[in-house]
Amino acid sequence: MTASGTFGYGEEFMDFFDISCLGGVLVKGTTLEHREGNAYPRMAETPQGMLNAVGLQNKGVHYFADHIYPRIKDYDTHMLVNVSGSTIEDYIKTAEVVNELDKIPGIELNISCPNVKEGGMAFGTSCPSAVSVVEAVRKVYKKHLMVKLSPNVTNIAEIGAAVEGAGADSISLINTLLGMAVNAKTRKPVLSTVTGGLSGPAVKPVALRMVWQVSQVVKVPIVGMGGIMNATDAVEFMLAGASAIQVGTANFIDPCVTAKIVEGLEQYCQEHGFDRVSDLVGALEV
Amino acid sequence: MKKYIDDFKVIKNERLNYEYVILTLQHPGKLPAMMPGQFVEVRVDNGPNTFLRRPISIHDIDEANNTMKLLVQEIGEGTRLMGQLKEGDNCNLVYPLGNSFSLPEKPRVLLVGGGCGIAPLLFMGRHLKANGIEPQFLLGARTEEGLIALEAFRALGQVHTTTEDGSVGTKGYVIHHPVMRTHEPEIDMIYTCGPEAMMKVVAKYARNHNITCEVSLENHMACGFGACLCCVADTIDGHKCTCTDGPVFDSTYLKW
Repeated sequence: MTASGTFGYGEEFMDFFDISCLGGVLVKGTTLEHREGNAYPRMAETPQGMLNAVGLQNKGVHYFADHIYPRIKDYDTHMLVNVSGSTIEDYIKTAEVVNELDKIPGIELNISCPNVKEGGMAFGTSCPSAVSVVEAVRKVYKKHLMVKLSPNVTNIAEIGAAVEGAGADSISLINTLLGMAVNAKTRKPVLSTVTGGLSGPAVKPVALRMVWQVSQVVKVPIVGMGGIMNATDAVEFMLAGASAIQVGTANFIDPCVTAKIVEGLEQYCQEHGFDRVSDLVGALEV
Repeated sequence: MKKYIDDFKVIKNERLNYEYVILTLQHPGKLPAMMPGQFVEVRVDNGPNTFLRRPISIHDIDEANNTMKLLVQEIGEGTRLMGQLKEGDNCNLVYPLGNSFSLPEKPRVLLVGGGCGIAPLLFMGRHLKANGIEPQFLLGARTEEGLIALEAFRALGQVHTTTEDGSVGTKGYVIHHPVMRTHEPEIDMIYTCGPEAMMKVVAKYARNHNITCEVSLENHMACGFGACLCCVADTIDGHKCTCTDGPVFDSTYLKW
């Protein structure tokens, strides 16, 4: 799958490859109301990674349903909507709108965006608040409910177990790690928001560790992500316990990377005697 | 306009001075159509600190030979690595990206460039000339050494210059040049690219004299094709991606 916020609505990649080879596309983070996002500059390149502070720029779920959904609904892959909010009420109302869209088989509940002042990550950093938002959305959302976890917590396994208990059908992780970049020449922060979310290969060891830890305590499938640049990285996440993976930042560097990873996974299985890609899941020999 | 990802071959690396090079890149087949103002995203693979592609303006196109020129100013690690590319090296591009300059409704046009911002103006000058319009250029730099590729511009039209130290042309910034001091300018359209402070004063001059002005922004980008939403410009319609809604904007559309 492609990670939310790194693949637009899929349309942006049509010139580069046929997205029907993907398991799914997570569309840009969607909120109840239109959001302008944060001021420029929103991005800083860092060693083996990047910081972003886009701040969930999107036109709101009603615009999505009326204008974007009709364009993308017949794409030959699973189009999942990443749902974000500032209050539980926001999450519920947004999920209700998406629930009515026939061709959207699931949502990814984003309780982990570090770039929105009034919420987002706040829900994903404590068990009670994570449980409350997942339970509330579970009541109104009838299809697949994936919950995306924040790595900015002390005990990720505890949060994973809590959202599973609250009704999540799957768990995706990790969202970006809260970070910061400083310009020594200007003596100013690089980002307009001072802090932002770190992604790319720099976060991969953290992401792998968290996937591993959550896989030890939950039964629902885990969707692993965090710095996956190639098929070997994807294999590593699956061995650590992920049933599927998302690719994010790598899409910016090679827009065809996801198609290459799909091919590379098959090739790995052939070369290493696995009949099915799913046989890799949790096959780590500790 | 369809986007591509291809390996080009470096066939020439011409060093202009201590900070500028012009790379000539050979397309593996038939170079697709591109418009002046568009840019490419160059992959730089050599170090941990050059993780993202670098957005670079298309400086010139040679359709007959399927080559493209990029003017590169070495301002950081990524552009320095690009400056070290040698004949025969591969250079992976995502291209062509962004919108383009529009053709003017009236024929009297001035193209104003500062520093590396002159890059897209050569391609635009050639495009104007091909459409029967004689462009005038106003190019500014800190010193004489920073005024680059002048001969290529002179082949297309009249070239005015300014330098901050007065070593050549009018002393000062582009806005100090006589063509921009007159109260009744004989200009119908301005195209400008360069430092934002320069473009802002050029845009202000254009607005004060009822001249249409298109500016090409150089906002930092990650993807270059509308997926990451990192490069936004503040416009009267809210945040717009410099990579897909720009890089060329009518100056009155920006909240400047």
